[in-house]
Amino acid sequence: MQQSLERFLKALRGMDVPVSVAESLDAHRAAALVGWSDRTLLRDALAVAVAKSEDEKERYFACFDAFFASAAAAAGEAEGKLADEEETGSAAIREAASDDGLPAGELARMLLEGDRAGVAAAMGAAAGAVDLSRLRLFTQRGVYMRRILDEMGIGDVEAEIRDLRAAPGDPGATERADRLEGARGRLVEEARDLVERNIALFADPASARLREEFLERMRLANIPPRDFERVRRIVRRMAKRLASRHARRRFNRKDGRLDPRRTIRSNIAHDGVPFRLAWRYTRIERPKVVVVCDVSGSVAAAAQFLLLLLYSLREVMSDLRAFAFSSHLEDVDDLLAGRPFEEAAAGIMERIGFRPTDYGRTLRDLEDGYRDTIDRKTTLLVLGDARNNRGDPETAVLDRLFQRAKRVVWLNPEPRPFWGTGDSEMLRYLPYCHVARVCNTLRHLERAVDDLLAARP
Amino acid sequence: MVSLSTIRNRLGSAGAIAEGLESVDYIPSRAIATAVHVAAHLEKPILVEGSAGVGKTELALSVARWLGLPLVRLQCYEGLDESKALYEWKYGKQLLYTQILKDRMSDVLRDAPGFEGAMARLHEFGDLFFSEEFLEPRPLLRALREEGGAVLLIDEVDKSDEEFEAFLLEVLSAHQVTIPELGTVRADMPPVTFLTSNNTRDLGDALKRRCLHLHIPLPDARLERRIVETRVPDAGEALRRQLVDFVQQLRTLELRKLPSISETIDWARALVLLNAHELERELVRDTLNVLLKFEVDVERADRELPALLAHARREGGAATAPRLA
Repeated sequence: MQQSLERFLKALRGMDVPVSVAESLDAHRAAALVGWSDRTLLRDALAVAVAKSEDEKERYFACFDAFFASAAAAAGEAEGKLADEEETGSAAIREAASDDGLPAGELARMLLEGDRAGVAAAMGAAAGAVDLSRLRLFTQRGVYMRRILDEMGIGDVEAEIRDLRAAPGDPGATERADRLEGARGRLVEEARDLVERNIALFADPASARLREEFLERMRLANIPPRDFERVRRIVRRMAKRLASRHARRRFNRKDGRLDPRRTIRSNIAHDGVPFRLAWRYTRIERPKVVVVCDVSGSVAAAAQFLLLLLYSLREVMSDLRAFAFSSHLEDVDDLLAGRPFEEAAAGIMERIGFRPTDYGRTLRDLEDGYRDTIDRKTTLLVLGDARNNRGDPETAVLDRLFQRAKRVVWLNPEPRPFWGTGDSEMLRYLPYCHVARVCNTLRHLERAVDDLLAARP
Repeated sequence: MVSLSTIRNRLGSAGAIAEGLESVDYIPSRAIATAVHVAAHLEKPILVEGSAGVGKTELALSVARWLGLPLVRLQCYEGLDESKALYEWKYGKQLLYTQILKDRMSDVLRDAPGFEGAMARLHEFGDLFFSEEFLEPRPLLRALREEGGAVLLIDEVDKSDEEFEAFLLEVLSAHQVTIPELGTVRADMPPVTFLTSNNTRDLGDALKRRCLHLHIPLPDARLERRIVETRVPDAGEALRRQLVDFVQQLRTLELRKLPSISETIDWARALVLLNAHELERELVRDTLNVLLKFEVDVERADRELPALLAHARREGGAATAPRLA
């Protein structure tokens, strides 16, 4: 039982439920406390010890059901059949099987006699010997199937079939070969089922994580549409992580450092006897952010992700104004608010997307219409490739905004060597940005936003 | 005071815990009873999460009431620190005493030869000003020093700062605290500890690892009916069924804040007070603001009202009238 709990915890870790050593000890103690007989009780008890958030609970319950369903099915089948048959022979074989491998010829006998219980037991033992929890990728299916069948001694059966076929003219032998062949086919199917159940448990999560890591490093524009859903999930998780890292702390208390001025001031009433002490602290400034996001034709591929970033930023930062532009600037706060991302993005693209870019006009719009929202506490964040169709870049306007704002941050989806080539005005804007960096993978996004949030005055 | 062995006995199984909590009018789900059982035997704190009003704080209060243990409550907020949570020296009293004792001090020290002699004589008195006398125990220390054990409730731990969270680790895992001037205070009987969180921020992994984690979801209809039955016994069977079904329906709508158990109970009380025996449209409309806390939510529910009421009547009526087919 301890081993199956160990394997269960391994499956859980694969499902993205981090189980530390301390927690696995708790799990063992909890299981010992409530016992193994009542499954719902065990399920609740382990949930308390192992899964530590709402998301994790959900994944935990799914994993528990899947894991113990397959385990129970295997055990139940074997035992149920055994009771039906009342055949002492197969019990002996079960014992033999659990030791190591079957005696030669036994598998063939069981297959021919239809001893399902014996076969199931032998397969269980073989699966244990092969250790299915080491499965990583679905492509390993064939290998593991073969290993299980070999472990059960299918080689002997195949050899026997060959021998029987080699002896022509004997109708008994041919018939026996046919039956063996049919049984062998069914056996292979059962092995496939077993391996696939375990792939769902052990391999899927692992390969999914591999894929997600890969996506985080991939250029946003190259991500195939079928992975969009996954990317959104990653971004949402990222936004949540950032939010929790930067939420709520407004003061940084420096414990133990007296603030003499405030102490004296607050004790004037006591004749200057310092009854009440005041300590120093620093205030952590919440960044005020104005985001301007390019959704024109030239960045169409990246626009989805820039909008996604914009959308998740809104969830992270309370004080954020969102604008989108292609030929002119528009306030998209209302379009983004209280709507699922897909809907919001479609709405924005329909209203302003895919027109020729005009950075000059956009900057002028920003300065004319929203000068007051940009002050010395504001960070101006521009998301775009700075490709202006050879129009006037109006660098003077950006200069004035640069003077006004606390910081101007430019995130460009194009790699640095492309800056300034063709109609890109990036190099001309560069002097008026405090920070300008390439941002075309999810990793870049996270780092950029993290910097933005952590920026001290 | 209840003896240790009785408490152990009472916490013997999840079933016993469920019955015990029911005896003090708290109807736990199976998961909650199991969590308390496991926590009591592993001597670990439980971190309880769930949306506002599902009975997180109430769970701790009920366990204390049932076990007959004193409840020590620590409400967390931003800026909470050790001096508010653990102990504090009574600074004002220390200062006052030194002022008063100044004259006596000079009497005592008058005939002491030289500075060193005076110092030596002072040392003879021990650490007067940093003794129990001047120690102001705050909730955590009180809970640890409670002789027969206590129920410690650290409420809304997510509201506190990260530093405070780190500080809690020693208390939670070793059931002890260290006071530099006095030494280490260890609990003879570790308190039954509950931490609650509203999820305004993610708690640190270190804290989570030291706790068991219980998530209390919104209850299903059966559980909620039983809760209303114990908490608002005056509500009739028909009304109870209808109002619970109505609330359950409300929760399937897209609302800014879903009504939780405490709101259901408040509403049931309000309806009983208004002498209702059945849900009627006007009545529901007038009392909807007990259940829903946002104007947009009220408007949204108001639009769906006929359908919700029809469903509630159908479901609620089905129990009293024999079901056909």
